[in-house]
Amino acid sequence: MAPSKPRSKSRNPLLIPGIGKFSRSKMYHKRGIWALKAKHGGTFPRHDPKPAAPEPASKKPPKFYPADDVKTPVPNRRKPKPAKLRASITPGTVLILLAGRFMGKRVVFLKQLPSGLLLITGPFTVNGVPLRRVNQAYVIATSTKVDISGVNVDKFDDKYFAKDKKKAYKKSESSFFETEKQEKKLPQQKKDDQKAVDTPLIKAIEAVEYLRGYLGTKFTLRSGTKPHELQF
Amino acid sequence: MPNCPTCSRASSRSTSSAEMVKGREGERVRLYVCGRILGYKRSKSNQYENTSLVQIEGVNTKEEVDWYLGKRMAYIYKAATKKNGTPYRCIWGKVCRPHGNSGVVRAKFKTNLPPKSMGSRVRVFMYPSNI
Repeated sequence: MAPSKPRSKSRNPLLIPGIGKFSRSKMYHKRGIWALKAKHGGTFPRHDPKPAAPEPASKKPPKFYPADDVKTPVPNRRKPKPAKLRASITPGTVLILLAGRFMGKRVVFLKQLPSGLLLITGPFTVNGVPLRRVNQAYVIATSTKVDISGVNVDKFDDKYFAKDKKKAYKKSESSFFETEKQEKKLPQQKKDDQKAVDTPLIKAIEAVEYLRGYLGTKFTLRSGTKPHELQF
Repeated sequence: MPNCPTCSRASSRSTSSAEMVKGREGERVRLYVCGRILGYKRSKSNQYENTSLVQIEGVNTKEEVDWYLGKRMAYIYKAATKKNGTPYRCIWGKVCRPHGNSGVVRAKFKTNLPPKSMGSRVRVFMYPSNI
């Protein structure tokens, strides 16, 4: 018999949980066991049991029996999906950052990372915002778009932005007295990546009148402006 | 306008208060709307302190409140002792729902607002944003 997929739905609909509509004999008929038996000469086909794995020679009794039966927690198989990107945010959109170190700055959106965060860049020389991740909720999408067809952002993912793990320093006498002054220098690789992304971007920005100045300016609310009436 | 309070959750991404002050040496931007705390949700002789009523500037109808629903707000106040290097402290909250027809809003804060906050300012931020 060809291996068949197990049926997803039982042939015996439940009237009430625990009580099916059909009796055992009716189900026997519905499942077609009679046909299987007829096909295999009167008996239901069965295989010989697989030879059992030999028991380990010495099986020591466990040292510890828990006093009460502890319920094992059900494993969590839930995999959260990355946040759905708002329709107003497309690659090349100019975003306004609402919070954080660069709040108010207008930046260019590059792509959504697998974690759901948005990859943005100032560009750095225009407004000082480096390649950065930002959450959708802290961003307003404007209707201004920049052409980013010349930019290659494939190499960036969440691992690129992971913090370096602090080296576990050995607690020796000498290191105790030495002040750990690790200068946090930005690796040249990151500077190069920034340039590689920004150069084609800046070309596209220069092509549009006033866009460079626009990206260099911060967004701010003024007296009398009502955000719920603003058209971004 | 008070100097950057360090309590701000959004800007707490590993910035110390000193660094934050430094970052703001440039132009100041206002990315929040001012609101006034009117008092607690109440009836004539009972008040329910877990919900405060807030009047957001420029919001005058129930329909206009829709934009602000869910937005975070912060009540910022000064205290004598310095915490985290700053005398400013803050209570975070969010806009819950409109209150009545004229743009007043109900807000719930992490801890109930103190009664001295009545009549004082609250900052209604523009995040979590939906635009």
